[in-house]
Amino acid sequence: MPYALETIGLERHFEGIVAANNVSLAVKRGSRRALIGPNGAGKTTIINLISGMLRPSAGTVVLDGRDITKEPPDERVRLGLVRTFQINQLFAGLTPLETIGLAVSERLGAGADWWRLVGRKPRVVDEIVDVLERFGLTDVMYERTSDLAYGKQRLLEIALAIACRPRVLLLDEPAAGVPETERRELLDMIANLPEDVTVLLIEHDMDLVFSFADSITVLVNGTVFVEGSPDEVARDPRVKAVYLGEALDA
Amino acid sequence: MTTRQPGEHKQEIADHLASRADWRPFEIAFWLAVLATIFLLPDRHLLLSQVAILGLFALSLDLILGFAGIISLGHAAFFGFGAYLAGLMAKHGIVTEPVLALLLAGVASALLGWATSFLVLRGSDLTRIMVTLGFALVLRELANRMVWLTGGADGMQGIDVGPVLGWFEFDIAGHVAYVYSLAVTLVLFLIARRLIYSPFGLSLRSLKDNPRRASAIGIPTRRRLVAIYALAAGYAGVAGALLTQTTQFASLAGLDFERSADVLLALIIGGTGYLYGGLIGAVIFKVMQDWLADLTPQYWGFWIGLVLVLIVLVGRDRMADTASHVGASVVELARRAVDSAVGRDRPAEGG
Repeated sequence: MPYALETIGLERHFEGIVAANNVSLAVKRGSRRALIGPNGAGKTTIINLISGMLRPSAGTVVLDGRDITKEPPDERVRLGLVRTFQINQLFAGLTPLETIGLAVSERLGAGADWWRLVGRKPRVVDEIVDVLERFGLTDVMYERTSDLAYGKQRLLEIALAIACRPRVLLLDEPAAGVPETERRELLDMIANLPEDVTVLLIEHDMDLVFSFADSITVLVNGTVFVEGSPDEVARDPRVKAVYLGEALDA
Repeated sequence: MTTRQPGEHKQEIADHLASRADWRPFEIAFWLAVLATIFLLPDRHLLLSQVAILGLFALSLDLILGFAGIISLGHAAFFGFGAYLAGLMAKHGIVTEPVLALLLAGVASALLGWATSFLVLRGSDLTRIMVTLGFALVLRELANRMVWLTGGADGMQGIDVGPVLGWFEFDIAGHVAYVYSLAVTLVLFLIARRLIYSPFGLSLRSLKDNPRRASAIGIPTRRRLVAIYALAAGYAGVAGALLTQTTQFASLAGLDFERSADVLLALIIGGTGYLYGGLIGAVIFKVMQDWLADLTPQYWGFWIGLVLVLIVLVGRDRMADTASHVGASVVELARRAVDSAVGRDRPAEGG
């Protein structure tokens, strides 16, 4: 089974509006796919459908050959499909240490343990340390998440997903809103994601898209418009037209 | 940022995680003060048993409200259920030993909580308030109608509770009742304290903060909510059973809306989400009730209402800040007084 993630004829209607229309994607294991398109093209809808936050009106989601269309979001995470959010979805009252500790405990099956302290298992501590150090979060690990600088929160957003050890990672505009001074660190982190992790990236920053992705899907009005290697997509006149807002000749 | 060796923080993090559950000086002082009341206030033990029971009940509400974000205006349902169960077991001689009966009442209440947890899994705070309120009202009306079982509006008569552990007979001054209620409250508190520092407790806080993200990192949010709701129901049932056993009486009052409201008031006065709020709130609530009821019996409700409005408007944090400043000044004054009393040969500290 060469594909880590597939969607087959995925559709979602919102009261007459078609947010996703017959979207079929096939992402090879270990590849980096970017999903781009103008605002309102339905990119986040696709992420929501794949991660289970939204139910599709039609179509299937397949993870490593297994139909997961009916699985709830938390079950998809256990199966190795993890996402980040365009707008930070963090635990404001927890520290980064607790946040990562939570995800690691959960993944190692200690989540329902109500008697032992967090971090009693050495393996849990090892993984917490690994993630915090990798994302440069150790110097803020005891602070309340809501007090962190935006760039750090953005890093934590991704670190939290990585702590779930995804096999397929969905990144929803990871660099959105990050100030220039903190941007470098974040982009390095994204470039250094583990190679065996399959990544589906939504991003508006074309520099990031073209340096990161090995294949690109362009989405327009909820439909797959063009798909190909970065070179092909960059040369495609139709894509230029869409992005420059020019009228298309049929 | 300096470059560091991988794994450098390992010991530090392990120590930090291990120390999260260390007992703080405030906690030790609190429990020492509580234990001291056993010896220092023997003629107040009847009132103090009521405080301990309300404190346990409020702790139970804190588990769902303060740690899982589930608001309930019908928590008395489980309190009253436990109270009647304890009454029935004693009255019909099914289980006469109080501790065992307490345990059974707690387990049965937890099962009731588990069975009705689907009511609070969905919807907003408003729906939860309405649904829990409705459930408690239904249960109260059932108890009111089933006179053959509960005694209806007259209450359940003829409850004869055996000695605790077969040894300690309940006395008229409430000494045994107080020590017993306190011991049960302490044990259940210790379990709750253990729980909130566990991965399970952490996951509860996370899903209170952001349920969407909690499920996006693999936490089965529904199962966690059901578990904590059932546990809290069990705690409430134990509190109700304690009231029956220590007063040898069970009535519809255990299921009253007022009881649900009182426990919420006590918890909010004491503060949610740090485990001591229910206990401290219960002390303030009961002592105020007792004191104000002596002073102005008709206007007790007015004063408790005023306190509540002040807490919400002024904010507990600000009041706590002021209190801790005052407390720190008092400690500082005391330290100086002790220093000067001990002698002047100590070197003065700078600053």
